[in-house]
Amino acid sequence: MTALREHLPILLVILPLLGAIITALLRRGTVAWGIALAFDLVLPAIALSLLLDVMAAGKPVSYHIGGWPPPWGIEYRIDALNAFVLLTITIVGAVTVPYARRSVARELESHQHAWFYTMYLLCLAGLLGIVATGDAFNAFVFLEISSLATYVLIALGRNRRALVASYQYLIMGTIGATFYVIGVGLLYLVTGTLNLVDIADRLGSLADGQWRPVMAALAFLTVGICLKLALFPLHGWLPDAYTCAPSFVTAFLAGTATKAAVYLLIRIFYSVFGSAIAFDRLPVTEVLVVLSIAAMFLASFTAVFEANAKRMLAYSSVAQIGYITLGIALANQAGLTGGIVHLFNHALMKTALFLALGAVLFRTGSVQISHLAGIGRKMPLTLAAFVVAALGLIGVPGTSGFISKWYLALGSIDHGWWPIAFLIVASSLISVVYMGRIIEVAYFREPGPEVAEARDPPLSMLVPILVLAAATIYFGIDVRLTSDVAAAVASSLLGGLK
Amino acid sequence: MTDGIAGLIAHYNYVVTIFLMVAGLYIVIARGNMIKRLIGLSLFQTSVYLLYIGPGKIVGGTAPIIDPAYKVYSNPLPHVLILTAIVVGVATLALGLAIVVRIKESYGTIEEDEISSRDSAGAP
Repeated sequence: MTALREHLPILLVILPLLGAIITALLRRGTVAWGIALAFDLVLPAIALSLLLDVMAAGKPVSYHIGGWPPPWGIEYRIDALNAFVLLTITIVGAVTVPYARRSVARELESHQHAWFYTMYLLCLAGLLGIVATGDAFNAFVFLEISSLATYVLIALGRNRRALVASYQYLIMGTIGATFYVIGVGLLYLVTGTLNLVDIADRLGSLADGQWRPVMAALAFLTVGICLKLALFPLHGWLPDAYTCAPSFVTAFLAGTATKAAVYLLIRIFYSVFGSAIAFDRLPVTEVLVVLSIAAMFLASFTAVFEANAKRMLAYSSVAQIGYITLGIALANQAGLTGGIVHLFNHALMKTALFLALGAVLFRTGSVQISHLAGIGRKMPLTLAAFVVAALGLIGVPGTSGFISKWYLALGSIDHGWWPIAFLIVASSLISVVYMGRIIEVAYFREPGPEVAEARDPPLSMLVPILVLAAATIYFGIDVRLTSDVAAAVASSLLGGLK
Repeated sequence: MTDGIAGLIAHYNYVVTIFLMVAGLYIVIARGNMIKRLIGLSLFQTSVYLLYIGPGKIVGGTAPIIDPAYKVYSNPLPHVLILTAIVVGVATLALGLAIVVRIKESYGTIEEDEISSRDSAGAP
């Protein structure tokens, strides 16, 4: 057991890869689902054990692939930040997979089922790899593994528009990944190393004349990663992709894919460039703050006028990512804590919302808001969970969304930018409007013919929704796992770099 | 001015790299034909291979074989990295083309403006 314990970082990536190979050899969807479930239930335990190890030891866990010491070999370096994001991704995976069987069986043709789980596990392996690795180029490879799997998953949507959405995402995603690899290339030319810690060390002792390519690298990396995490105005691919993808895929991606990219942004800004270099030599903070606030408002306004509930939530995701990047850009203790906490909270809330909509689609065949009249009476538990998660998204006190927005507001006041605290509240009010539209239609209208046959979905679909909704309340009251860890992460990120 | 031109000629590999990079990106943005956009994307990715490989070469350097006869080696790491990147590029291009085939099957066209007009027309 102790021998295995040393290898936990690599197991997180190897297990889903292994699962992908096994499911690729199968033809039966149910068996493939069982294997995906089995692998997925082990991963959060590994991630939690890593997080506890790191928090107890107070220093990062370093794993040398193939026994080659860094910076020559590839190093997996798990500190509190990775461990927390790994836990977020694995929890979302483990909670949503039980939902997949019925939902996928309904939305996909039977010969696609086994391949679907192969792609799902590849995507999961890629996302966990991005977060676990301490090597800049290795992160690019994992980024592409997860992206290629994601393009396939999106293209599996029932509507032919899914193909176009997938194509557009492929173009945008590849440009983003290529920008990232250009940035890594420039850093490699200047420093001669690819290990993130080693790059950070060597950037500390650069001559004055060498700064220009480093700044270009920072610009390329920022733009590339912001394309992947769908920061306004680089979010064009996201609404179509989320709307057209199968329900389960949308819920899974909303909770994981953008979060892995956010992690990469935090890592590049704080661990590699160091907050001082990144924020003093280029106006990154100002640009990110402006774009984040634009995302919070413009995407929320677009969401208010959307007729398709899934697309509405997709725009809401763009807005919520604005909150996370705002926290990153504030670059102080409270702001960064808020950004990291919101990464976790938003993953759980938005996954719950998309899963609930998936259940509605499962029963009624439509997610047009006009078709949802009276659905709250027909599917009481599903819609109750939806309302709880929606309240969390709005940031009502007592839900997890309140905690993250509270920290973000504190962070902007600490920074001396108190109007931003006001803007955070104002944009939350817009989310009241768009969430209110669905709730109004669902509860205060007479049920129409579209929903006459609707009832709560089977237990395997209902339980994940209820668990995530309960988590929205739980993490609004018990902040030990979220805020306390995030605060420790934020202080170590900010402290080690000044 | 002459310094600038001399610099450009001395670093002609970078000039080629940047030209290919910008040309590829331009095709991706400016064209509406899905195949042409994929070609542009491929060009854009390929230019990055040059960005890595070019500086790895040292004039007069040999392959890194430990032998007393050779003193100057080229850096082998960029080649290994780019070998991986080529695989990624091929996979991306293959998947992109596969999706375009499916789009052609279901829409009957691969021009983006025609596809969006068919989508907004409603019934599939």
